[in-house]
Amino acid sequence: MKSLAELQAIKDRMKDKVVLREGTNSVRVVIGMATCGIAAGARPVLNKFVEEVNAKGLADTVAVSQTGCIGICQFEPVVEIFEAGKEKVTYVKMTPEKASEVVEKHLKGGKVIAEYTIAAQQ
Amino acid sequence: MKELSLNILDIAENSVKANATLTQIILKEDADTVTLSIIDDGKGMSEEILRGVVDPFYTTRTTRKVGLGLPLLKMAAEQTGGEMKISSKQATDESKEHGTSVTATFNKNHLDFTPLGDVASTIVTLIQGHPDTDFYFEHTYLQNSVNFDSREVRQVLGPEIPLNEYEILEWISNTLEEQYKNLYKV
Repeated sequence: MKSLAELQAIKDRMKDKVVLREGTNSVRVVIGMATCGIAAGARPVLNKFVEEVNAKGLADTVAVSQTGCIGICQFEPVVEIFEAGKEKVTYVKMTPEKASEVVEKHLKGGKVIAEYTIAAQQ
Repeated sequence: MKELSLNILDIAENSVKANATLTQIILKEDADTVTLSIIDDGKGMSEEILRGVVDPFYTTRTTRKVGLGLPLLKMAAEQTGGEMKISSKQATDESKEHGTSVTATFNKNHLDFTPLGDVASTIVTLIQGHPDTDFYFEHTYLQNSVNFDSREVRQVLGPEIPLNEYEILEWISNTLEEQYKNLYKV
């Protein structure tokens, strides 16, 4: 494996930042990563969330995590957003493009994109 | 699945769910074949579950026990004239050994071979979701290879920095990408 020295340098840069961050995540983005989700394209959706949350400087408040089958396989890729004191928002049939939009408008701007939610499908 | 790398992600998720502390993902490739092995030290499966696990229509379950992941991998292998084998061990009073091993072989030149796709992305995704378990990854093509061992990363980072911090995932992604540039150069 290459450049473990580079990794050491990254570690030195990050140390203080990570200590500060601990326990401050107040929003959780959860992506279904069971067989159904993966087959429907959850991997690029997850990676887009990880990338954009970081790019938009939201990593201190937003945690991106994975879960198993949410039980609505026909709507995969499914993304649930949990925020303290607010109702859960379920986005369905997600794509990396929609993920970018959700980060910008919902996570950053605080506005739910109704047309991508499961409610709009029913 | 559109890419074999997605099957790999799916099967490795089973390993994590079986409480594996180390999941090894090994791809051995030559001009004609690909052999995929996913070996974990998780809790293993009983013989009864093992027997049914590749058959999507076999079930003894009352609640969901087995899914479609292994049948899909088996199908992907068999449609190229290859095969899938699985063995599993649960700890017993006599032996503490436990874990599951899945091996699938593929004929690359077969019309129905599913391309490997973005395997590096699968490794990064696994670490993003499971920063506290270890993954060993090796992809060889003839004499060339791509290697990654999360235990080495963990050793450098120490306990205070989780492996799924963005900067770390980025580094892992870059190190894999760099190695992949040379994998098929012979």
